[in-house]
Amino acid sequence: MNWKVWGLSKSPWVYHVNTGACNNCDIEILDCLTPRFDIERFGMLLVPSPRHADALLVTGGVTRQARPRLQEVYRQTAKPCIVLCVGACACSMGIFADCYHMAGPPDKVIREVDPSAIIAYVPGCPPKPEAIIAGAVKGLQAACKLLSQG
Amino acid sequence: MMNLGAMIGVLLVAFAGTLVLGLAMKWVDRKVTAMVQWRVGPPWYQPIADVAKLLGKETIVPQNARRTGFLLAPVVGFAAVAVAAAILWGANLNPRASFVGDLIVVLYLLTIPSLAVVVGGAASSNPHGAVGASREMKLILSYELPLVLAMVPAMIAGGWTLRLGDIMTTPSPSVWTSAAMALGFVVCLLCVQAKLGLVPFDMAEAETEIMGGAYVEYSGAPLAVIYLTRAMMLAVMPILLVTVLWGGFHFDTVGGAIASVLKYVLVIVVTVLVRNTNPRVRIDHAMKFFWFGLTPLAVLAVVLALVGSTP
Repeated sequence: MNWKVWGLSKSPWVYHVNTGACNNCDIEILDCLTPRFDIERFGMLLVPSPRHADALLVTGGVTRQARPRLQEVYRQTAKPCIVLCVGACACSMGIFADCYHMAGPPDKVIREVDPSAIIAYVPGCPPKPEAIIAGAVKGLQAACKLLSQG
Repeated sequence: MMNLGAMIGVLLVAFAGTLVLGLAMKWVDRKVTAMVQWRVGPPWYQPIADVAKLLGKETIVPQNARRTGFLLAPVVGFAAVAVAAAILWGANLNPRASFVGDLIVVLYLLTIPSLAVVVGGAASSNPHGAVGASREMKLILSYELPLVLAMVPAMIAGGWTLRLGDIMTTPSPSVWTSAAMALGFVVCLLCVQAKLGLVPFDMAEAETEIMGGAYVEYSGAPLAVIYLTRAMMLAVMPILLVTVLWGGFHFDTVGGAIASVLKYVLVIVVTVLVRNTNPRVRIDHAMKFFWFGLTPLAVLAVVLALVGSTP
């Protein structure tokens, strides 16, 4: 593991994108910051701008309005970055799979911009903070393995 | 007068020392913040990991940005803090070697990082950056006057001098016994809070309303330089405060060394506690606070020092 990947694994800064979630996953994400879970132990911070981010935390299936905006946010993020799809909707559209106003799950929308994007999934409706932390750790480990292979 | 080689050596040592100290203080800041909120907080190597990661990331320059100004601004601010740190360390470790007017030089050098933020934010072509730059400019206009005024009692007590060495070596009234020095110290502490861009005076970056303000478009290596600049400012501003108003650092005796470290840690912890117990104020409230609240206090401190110094 080289120093760049070590830095990325120890200090993942997170930008939170809501692409049409019902706010349940967003509340669970905020719970991760509370004293009980305290993800700053792992160096994770919520950052205000996608330019500073290393991980995009996407919640909700992508609505047609949110689709170009999610793609733009992904393009604005400094690479290397990973995408973390949190919640059933972000993983597989959940109960909104057949809705007329949906443009598809976030992974499909992001792969339209970057076919080699690194995407991790945290299922659950909503996932518990423990599950989000476990998913983030596993996703980061996998991403670091990928990145250190080049 | 030192030769050029020795000067470059002093500069490099002071620069590296301040960098390490600044990163350590950045960790203290985050750890104390976490403890105030009953959290565990990040591990000790967190600032190093942050910088390593930022250096390894892609540097994006926005399409409409002024490329030169955007990329040069962080470096200029960084260089200015490094030189200011060298002058301050030099004055503390060898008071007789300081030159006439070095206090003015340090104060000017420490304004440059804030101005660099203004330049960088304005050059980034981002509306949030422009708002952040405008707020930072207003903040500079508000806090610089009380900051300099509050240091005047120390200059008077040092025998009407602008040399850091004289201020350090002249036996002057301490903050505990002299009203003028105590007032100056409190005013300076609040100005330092604004200069470091910490809550309640962080409206120039205000991540919840203008997405990081002047820093919004920075990524990768320039952001790492900004991170390091802020870390070094966090180390340098308390050094300036203690040097000018609280007797300075003395490492020649064991007691002096312990007192120096305690003074430094106390200033940092008070700064962090103020940051954690206050909400962000609006920019016009901040200007009113500095101009109509702190400036009269600083003037009062100067008057008291003048009255006290006349035999």
